[in-house]
Amino acid sequence: MSSEFLKISGLCARIDDNGTEKPILRGVDLVIPPGEVHAIMGPNGSGKSTLSYVLAGREDYDVTDGSVTFRDQDLLALEPEERAALGVFLAFQAPVELPGVNNANFLRTAVNAVRRARGESELDAVTFLKDVRKEIKHLSIHDDMLKRNVNVGFSGGEKKRNEVLQMRMLRPSLAILDETDSGLDIDALRIVAEGVNSLRGPDFSALVITHHQRLLDHLVPDRIHVMARGRIIHSGGPEIARQLEAEGYAQFLAEAA
Amino acid sequence: MPAVTETREAVETLGQSTYKWGFETDIDMEFAPKGLNEDTIRLISARKEEPSWLLEWRLKAYRAWLEMPEPQWAKVSHPPIDYQDAYYYAAPKKKDGPKSLDEVDPELLRTYEKLGIPLHEQAILAGVEVPEGEEARLPIAVDAVFDSVSVVTTFRKTLAEAGVIFCSISEAVREHPDLVRRYLGSVVPAADNFYAALNSAVFTDGSFVYVPAGVRCPMELSTYFRINAKNTGQFERTLIVVEDRASVSYLEGCTAPMRDENQLHAAVVELVAMEDASIKYSTVQNWYPGDADGRGGIYNFVTKRGACRGARAKISWTQVETGSAITWKYPSCILQGEGSVGEFYSVAVTNNRQQADTGTKMIHIGRNTRSTIIAKTISAGHSDSTYRGLVRMMPKASGARNFTQCDSLLIGDQCGAHTVPYIENRNMSARVEHEATTSKISEDQLFYCRSRGLSEEDSVGLIVNGFCKDVLKELPMEFAVEAQKLLQISLEGSVG
Ligand SMILES: Nc1ncnc2c1ncn2[C@@H]1O[C@H](COP(=O)(O)OP(=O)(O)OP(=O)(O)O)[C@@H](O)[C@H]1O
Ligand SMILES: [Mg+2]
Repeated sequence: MSSEFLKISGLCARIDDNGTEKPILRGVDLVIPPGEVHAIMGPNGSGKSTLSYVLAGREDYDVTDGSVTFRDQDLLALEPEERAALGVFLAFQAPVELPGVNNANFLRTAVNAVRRARGESELDAVTFLKDVRKEIKHLSIHDDMLKRNVNVGFSGGEKKRNEVLQMRMLRPSLAILDETDSGLDIDALRIVAEGVNSLRGPDFSALVITHHQRLLDHLVPDRIHVMARGRIIHSGGPEIARQLEAEGYAQFLAEAA
Repeated sequence: MPAVTETREAVETLGQSTYKWGFETDIDMEFAPKGLNEDTIRLISARKEEPSWLLEWRLKAYRAWLEMPEPQWAKVSHPPIDYQDAYYYAAPKKKDGPKSLDEVDPELLRTYEKLGIPLHEQAILAGVEVPEGEEARLPIAVDAVFDSVSVVTTFRKTLAEAGVIFCSISEAVREHPDLVRRYLGSVVPAADNFYAALNSAVFTDGSFVYVPAGVRCPMELSTYFRINAKNTGQFERTLIVVEDRASVSYLEGCTAPMRDENQLHAAVVELVAMEDASIKYSTVQNWYPGDADGRGGIYNFVTKRGACRGARAKISWTQVETGSAITWKYPSCILQGEGSVGEFYSVAVTNNRQQADTGTKMIHIGRNTRSTIIAKTISAGHSDSTYRGLVRMMPKASGARNFTQCDSLLIGDQCGAHTVPYIENRNMSARVEHEATTSKISEDQLFYCRSRGLSEEDSVGLIVNGFCKDVLKELPMEFAVEAQKLLQISLEGSVG
């Protein structure tokens, strides 16, 4: 495998904001080698979620410049479902509710869609249930959540855990976690971090978006990137989390200006 | 391009190719001469060897029909229908006498096989293996109506042993004339409305069900309607009578070949439920909807009504309407018996140029009667869909209750959805509740599903099925699966 598992170069993206084109990403450069976990931190509105959406293939963002290659493929040319099949997974900052859609059913449909696309055989109901039961036990998710409708009436923390459950079941090679730690209690935070840590290996990388050093204590990243105004303005080792926690973004922003 | 735009375009380019029931059966047919007059009616009646009272009943309906204007109040539009330019009787040529499966034209059997309708009793019984952990499912008895006549009815012996009569209405007229005479037109009078009068004059076949007191019908009953012949209208008539403490679950399905001209289907269904009786009537309506430009398709003008005559009687209508160029249909309940219950669960999907004006009427006459209406409307393409419902609380309906929920889901911005509830309350203690929502399939939901690996079509299917869940769960299991697939196919063009 190449040492550029994920390579983002000069990525610019805009959104149509009531008729005016509003630039949000203004030249993002980022490389994640295979097997590494990177974190992105940065002020509200700096474009972190936008970056995650563009990587997952959301169509309302207009990519105006730059490129993204993932496992030697032009990621931006693929449909969202093709990216999922290739191994991209996004844990949403705000997971969407799907009224009337049974959670277990949704999960199985997704797992089998991805398996089909990867040339693997579909899971029958029994095997699937066995697998999913194992995962929910690890994640301390109540059995009930499988019977409910996707994210409908889930508490904030339950939604986040459900995202992690989906991630574990879909076996991605690149997991993007957008503030998956927000809204989690202390135990849940540890459980979720373990859920990611246990996937670590040469074929798994993660991009973790967070505002809190707390998560990074459990999930020690290989690199931390600071994002501001649509760009990565600083990158460093795990130690800069502490510096950010203590001093805020002011210093980095000043340097970048 | 936003996903919804793309979905809309995918939906809009949906052509005829997605209607997989559109083939034609080549079979020797007998027709009545084209056009409608008293001679046509006499010929139909003679072909069916009907008693004179029925011929008179037909002629009276016909004369009433001549005086009636076509209804204009529904939110549908179509060029004027030339009632003289159609055949009113078309039947596969056959030998006389009662039909067993061996006598049915093999070409017809192949047709039903292709449509996935089980007619071979042995094969069905042999095939009923119960997978572990699943409840044993009963086989389904089928009455197969091809154009104007019933070609076969299965499981008659099994049903007869339980005392249940299940046969074609023509046969019922011959074999059980007293029952038919007592109930025919007792819920939908011959001159009830324009299309019902037309049906009463020229109805050809349909099903008859009679469940005697205290009997729970041992299997699901089902009628499968198929229009095949060109320029032919189908006018079926169904009559279901369920006596005290008896119950039945009845399903109907329907398909037609793809043709460029419109064809008329004007059915009448009458249900009678006596004390503590229960009737569950489910429909999966999949007539040919016409092509993407609105050429061809069935005009589906149907009168369905049930009467809860006895105390605590219950009638439940469930319908999944995906087909037809135009649907005009209001399955209703007359809640006469004290504490009787009416239910209406509906999913109506329109796409391309389809038009649907459908809903229900709940007429509360007796005390403490209750009704529930759940209507889900999904519009895509350039289609237009209206929910039209009436809840009427009569002066004696003390303590009566109604709950109505109407939800519309729009796909794209070229389609329309309308909700027209009429509420008439003439009893102070009766209560009527109405809730309505309109929403669009959201970009967020689509993206969420797709980011989990689902194709755009599967995502739409999933979201739509979720939207309809409250209705689909009312269908018998076999039909629920079919209906789910049908919803997806009619919306996305993913030929399954
Ligand atoms: N659909 C949209 N229409 C208009 N503006 C948008 C849209 N999506 C994002 N933006 C704007 O783009 C900027 C970046 O948003 P984004 O959600 O990517 O920020 P973020 O870094 O994830 O912030 P947070 O830390 O608060 O989650 C914000 O100013 C936001 O208002
Ligand atoms: Mg964000």
